[in-house]
Amino acid sequence: MAVGIIGYGAHIPRRRIKVEEIAKVWGADAPSFKKGLELLQKSVPALDEDTITLSVEAARNALARAGIDPKDIGAVYIGSESHPYAVKPSGTTVAEAIGATPDCHCADFEFACKAGSEGMFVAYGLVKAGLIKYGLGVGADTSQGAPGDALEYSAAAGAAAFIMGADDNLMIATIDETYAFMTDTPDFWRREHQFYPSHGGRFTGEPAYFRTVTGAVTGLLDKTGLKPGDFKYAVFHQPNGKFPKRAAKLLGFSFEQIEVGRLVPLLGNTYSGSSPLGLTAVLDVADPGDRILMCSYGSGAGSDVFVFTVGDRVRKAREMAPKTRWLLDENVKYVEYGEYAKLRRKIRLAEK
Amino acid sequence: MPPARSWRTYPQGYMLEAARCKKCGKTFFPPRLVCNKCQGREFERFNMQRTGKVVTHTVIRTPSDEFSGEAPFAVGVIEMDDGPRLTSQIVDVSFDEVKIGMPVKLEFRRLSSEGDAGIINYGHKAVPART
Ligand SMILES: [Zn+2]
Repeated sequence: MAVGIIGYGAHIPRRRIKVEEIAKVWGADAPSFKKGLELLQKSVPALDEDTITLSVEAARNALARAGIDPKDIGAVYIGSESHPYAVKPSGTTVAEAIGATPDCHCADFEFACKAGSEGMFVAYGLVKAGLIKYGLGVGADTSQGAPGDALEYSAAAGAAAFIMGADDNLMIATIDETYAFMTDTPDFWRREHQFYPSHGGRFTGEPAYFRTVTGAVTGLLDKTGLKPGDFKYAVFHQPNGKFPKRAAKLLGFSFEQIEVGRLVPLLGNTYSGSSPLGLTAVLDVADPGDRILMCSYGSGAGSDVFVFTVGDRVRKAREMAPKTRWLLDENVKYVEYGEYAKLRRKIRLAEK
Repeated sequence: MPPARSWRTYPQGYMLEAARCKKCGKTFFPPRLVCNKCQGREFERFNMQRTGKVVTHTVIRTPSDEFSGEAPFAVGVIEMDDGPRLTSQIVDVSFDEVKIGMPVKLEFRRLSSEGDAGIINYGHKAVPART
């Protein structure tokens, strides 16, 4: 029995801020971010957008592509590091809004930027085990970087949703193999009650992201006997434009393989939405038979890797909801730092 | 809005659940008990398509306390493609772009929150529909 993606959808807030606009405020060197990290701009959520609202819109797009009755969704998993509540699940609101309740299992996942692929992984596993008919996994974030910190140039907002199922006639892409690679790595964290995360500076690169991503993909290639050349597309977690390019090079993947799914220069790092959103952009253009590799990364640290093979229904299904590159351009509005600071609640208001 | 009150209206707020009169077909949002066209009392519930157009609109510059951080914002009466009309904020658009007859779609958004510690209320707001 082949199990895989029978519906996928994306959602991206319409506001953007350019790297120059942030650099101007902090006296930083914009060209070094643009050239050094290959970041041009990032998405900014409105005051009324959060992980729940972005997840609902992405999930509705996934449902439109799946064409199934939402009552048949047996699990809703939301992966995020910016759940709106500390205590009260995001998943139940999303499940209610798409009509999947009450006969449905919900859980919220947290694992820095890896939470989205966890939801996909668990939803896939439950469908494969025969415990549920369909499972929804969403990666969504409205992440914050401390003002002036390097992360402020990349921390963005967006969501990607995937409905897993086993119906051959609905299959958009089968999941052929998975692999996971985890170690305790202190590269990025946020303690309870802290508004902004902390990170290990340069430590986030070599021993964290690159070790984990290359370890995970190498493990998957060993497990499957596949080679980089066997994939038409590869999507790596993309905290900036440079990291996925370097990871690809270290692993023997070409720039052409990662280009379609590398959204970060125009979108920023959507954390739990990052590699999942890249996958939606690939599914928007892939041909039946194409093989896709997706590797997430979450600080702390770990990677989930998936091998997908695109099915015949992709061509029809992709037309049933907005495509991701279209969402990147749709009705975009550029904001200045002042409005951005208000939208991201970086301005301290008088107590009422 | 107290949590219990918004909770009771989740089907309308979250899924835009409307009612269609079984006798004459007129649609109502929110659902009602008696049809004002044919006095029919039997309805079927359905979730509206999230598309419609602006019937009338204005800009709110001095809102109630609940929405004070969001002002100024556009509000309009939206005629849904399924028939019923509803009042909604119109967002992600500059005020001079909002026009009578403008096609919109409803997106899931935060409607209000009871300060930093209270419940967050969710529902729909209109955004320009582009294809
Ligand atoms: Zn009637």
